[in-house]
Amino acid sequence: MRRIPSWIWPVVVAVFILALSRLVENEYYMFAGYVVLQYVVLASAWNILGGYAGYVNFGSAAFFAIGAYGTVVIDKLLEPPLVVAILFGGIVASLVGLVTAYLTLRLRGAFFAIATLALAIVLQTLVTNWDFVGGPLGVYTIRPESIAGFPSYVNYLFVVMLVLALIAVLVARAIEISFIGRGLAAIRDNELAAECCGVPTLRLKVFATMLSGGLMGMAGAPFPYYITYLDPNSAFSIAYGINSIAMPLIGGMTHWIGPVIGAVLLAVIQQVATVTISSELNLMIVGVLLISFITLAPNGIVGLFESYRQQRHRRPST
Amino acid sequence: MVTFNLLLNAVVTGILLGGFYAAVTIGITIAFGMLDIVNIAHPVFIIMGSFIAYIVNRKFGVDPILTVVVASPLFFMLGIAIFRFYYAAFESSGKGSLRGLAFFFGILFVIEVTLLLAFGVDYRLVQTSYIGPNVGFGHVDLPLRMVVPFVGSIAMVSGLHIFFSHTFVGRAIMAVAQDEFALSLMAVDTVAIKQLAFGIAIATGAIAGGFLIVIQPVDPSLGREYIGRVFAICVLGGMGSITGTVIAAFILGVVETITSTLFGPSWAPAVSFTALLLTLAVRPSGIMGR
Amino acid sequence: MTKHGIRRNHGKCVLSPELSSSNNPLKGPRLTRRLFGRALMAVSALAASRSTLLSSALAAEPIKIGFGMAQSGPLGGNGKAALLAIEMWRDDVNARGGLLGRPVKLIYYDDQSNPTLIPGIYSKLLDIDKVDLLLGGYGTAVQAAAIAIVMQRKQVLIGTGAVAVNEKYNYDKYFQMLPSGPNSRISSSEGFFQAAMTMEPKPKTVAIVGALTEFSRNVILGARENAEKYGLKIVYDSGYPSNQMEFGSIIRSIQAANPEVVFVASYPPDSAGIIRAAYEQKLKTRIFGGGMIGLQYSELKQQLGPMMNDVLYYEFYVPAPTTNFPGIKEFIKAYQERAKKVGADLLGFFLPPFAYAGMEILEKAVTVTKGLDPNAIGRYIHATTFDTVVGKVAFAPNGDWAKPRIFFVQYRGIVGNDVDQFKQVGKQIIVEPQEFASGTLHYPFAASQ
Repeated sequence: MRRIPSWIWPVVVAVFILALSRLVENEYYMFAGYVVLQYVVLASAWNILGGYAGYVNFGSAAFFAIGAYGTVVIDKLLEPPLVVAILFGGIVASLVGLVTAYLTLRLRGAFFAIATLALAIVLQTLVTNWDFVGGPLGVYTIRPESIAGFPSYVNYLFVVMLVLALIAVLVARAIEISFIGRGLAAIRDNELAAECCGVPTLRLKVFATMLSGGLMGMAGAPFPYYITYLDPNSAFSIAYGINSIAMPLIGGMTHWIGPVIGAVLLAVIQQVATVTISSELNLMIVGVLLISFITLAPNGIVGLFESYRQQRHRRPST
Repeated sequence: MVTFNLLLNAVVTGILLGGFYAAVTIGITIAFGMLDIVNIAHPVFIIMGSFIAYIVNRKFGVDPILTVVVASPLFFMLGIAIFRFYYAAFESSGKGSLRGLAFFFGILFVIEVTLLLAFGVDYRLVQTSYIGPNVGFGHVDLPLRMVVPFVGSIAMVSGLHIFFSHTFVGRAIMAVAQDEFALSLMAVDTVAIKQLAFGIAIATGAIAGGFLIVIQPVDPSLGREYIGRVFAICVLGGMGSITGTVIAAFILGVVETITSTLFGPSWAPAVSFTALLLTLAVRPSGIMGR
Repeated sequence: MTKHGIRRNHGKCVLSPELSSSNNPLKGPRLTRRLFGRALMAVSALAASRSTLLSSALAAEPIKIGFGMAQSGPLGGNGKAALLAIEMWRDDVNARGGLLGRPVKLIYYDDQSNPTLIPGIYSKLLDIDKVDLLLGGYGTAVQAAAIAIVMQRKQVLIGTGAVAVNEKYNYDKYFQMLPSGPNSRISSSEGFFQAAMTMEPKPKTVAIVGALTEFSRNVILGARENAEKYGLKIVYDSGYPSNQMEFGSIIRSIQAANPEVVFVASYPPDSAGIIRAAYEQKLKTRIFGGGMIGLQYSELKQQLGPMMNDVLYYEFYVPAPTTNFPGIKEFIKAYQERAKKVGADLLGFFLPPFAYAGMEILEKAVTVTKGLDPNAIGRYIHATTFDTVVGKVAFAPNGDWAKPRIFFVQYRGIVGNDVDQFKQVGKQIIVEPQEFASGTLHYPFAASQ
């Protein structure tokens, strides 16, 4: 009997969710679901560089905002369909990732993290001073009433994000099981040793940064249509940076399913908290969850499963 | 219209600001530069210090800087407690840096929300005799509101420098930063030393909080604005070097105010951080790094 | 089996067979995604069943009014004050027998001053909570994000404290309770410049400075237009990032340009910072002030104390002999009582009267049109002049007040930092507009002394 390849599962689930989205009429689930899926993309993208290679990116918001503002720019110039805007955002973001990678190529992990933080601040200042995209006044994007083939435009946005999430997950999985993933893991474990073994660390790091940034940019591209009023504070919100680190951490950073679990868990909790507890305690939840998981489950939820599995099979852990 | 007077004052203000930035960053220099602990929650301890200063000033009229200095032993112990928990839970390994980061992220949120719940979202100010008057030297006008924290910051940082270079404990901390393993081989309890250092780091944060609320109004979320700055200054200065931190802090302060004066304040954040990025690209070990 | 598919099994709770996987519940982490898929289905089914239950309830069913309101984040302070005013209205209207004979229930969520949460909040209010009427939150960004959904669902939206939100859409059912009028850009500074031009001799130069936020930018654009209109030369024009903490160098740059008039558009922390810096540098100018948010709150008034003297800035309402609108005195008194307990702004001069007036308008419209039809309500509000606690209110076609009524105010004789002196009539002099003036402009600016 042939083993079912693991990539089938994300596709199956995605199709299932797509079918569900046709049945559910409540737009609230589309909006809330959009945010959850967006974080699946961000977390998976972050993990390519952060989990696989061990380079912590503090500036996810910068890449996300590049995607969002990229859409604003290209809408003003061309008014293309959303798919084009997404590709545009992804390409620009990955180019920025390329530049960032080269700027910081000689730094060890902690410096890279700070460089990404600096990048986010510099970019936000640039955007705030750029009147073409509205600067601090923000910019309005009119969300079309409807679109052919979908019950509503919001539904369409949800499906677009669903496809992006699927792509991000499949890409992360492909990276993980390929030679690129092994190279990144070698870098994570001991970069110097990897270099000595002939691993092309520079090329791999640059590639990972470009891919990670590009995916994040794609996640940000539909955002102006979601929020209809975009200002620099929303686009560069620190929530993106924090969540994209917290989600893979909580879910597990060594396996492609980790960021997905972390994203779904944390994003759903945050969405629910917004409309139930609905107060400052919202933030507290993220903090408490972070601390709890970091202390009790250092390898995330995936790690918990792994150790449980090992215990059950009574295999001595090597 | 840029005059010499304007520029001179900008530079001087930048230096005053820089002194304050040094006080704010020194805790990170110790925690991150020396102990490799990515304490991203450091600004939130500063804010805690500010709020304690605020309450005492509001209720009893006590000077905010005096308050935080008196309160600093409490923060020292808080720092020790946090470090103990951190050490027990994470046993700094390669990955530990990342986990530690997440841990401190969590602490950042928990403390910020607690402050929000306790004090609400409003900005708080303090009243002291030196908020308002100026002191003048020829062409240069210095608001006492900035001079007093500057003096306090320099005092604190100098004190720490002397501590680290001339006392046994201080030198032990620097030794741990250089080569922990070697030190442990010499029968020194490295954990106790690190714990002490971290406690000092948190205490300096609280004291800096007293300076902060003299300079500007403080609200619970203000900490986030400083995360970027403190790490930038620490890296620019060369990680575990106190002298480096001070120099870097001055540079940042002056660059910010000069940009603000010449090009308008809206560009100041970009300039400072671009400078950081360039430094990282050209000389990553920072100014005084080894 | 209970509703959630959980079967009680010898005192333990296990997931029913449909919700768990086969015999090995740990067939790897991929099952978790399937679990969430099914959980989503269960939750939607649950939500659907509960809403059918509600719609077949009795006629004394409450009228639900839903909104997002900042209770945290930078706008949380004002949001709390506005919320208190809305709750006060709810209590008042329920004491009078409710709206259309039904009790009013408020359903609100903290939008954390964050427009990203708005689509989720408003779609939940509409689709799950099934509210009957909507309100806007506080702040330009959150209302700008809300208007798209509101337009899509063809609802009425009354909001407070936002500027130029309807400029792009021109939606006919959006109403803004800020007294800035249809051209808030201009009206936020018009009174200031009018007052400045009454000085003898007339001023010739002005410095303009403001924060780089959407509100300040709007005000600054208008200030530039007004400066041109009144023939003033702009000798300094700069913006600063919203987290600016050091204003000494900015004040010095302004002084170097020697303006006779200084116009500032700022938010609370910078409002305080700039005034303090002006006093420290003994800024020499004749008139100082502008669109400075934060000076309207008790906390800052108290902290700044005598530094508030002579600052010419705008208020939406201050107690003065000329602002004795029907019911305002009672409202302010009742508000100040309750504000102490919930930790909202103690004076309540900025948003609360306008939030309350907005509810009065909504109440009147619903009562007169005898129903909840947004079109009827929208038409009625456009066609009517209302008597509210903030005086007569009529709306322009774009939903702003037809006639702007921003008071430019100077404080006189503030001594020390006691907050009660700010409640007294006579300390604050309304300088513009003329029909509400309770005194004359005082210049030069006190810090120059």
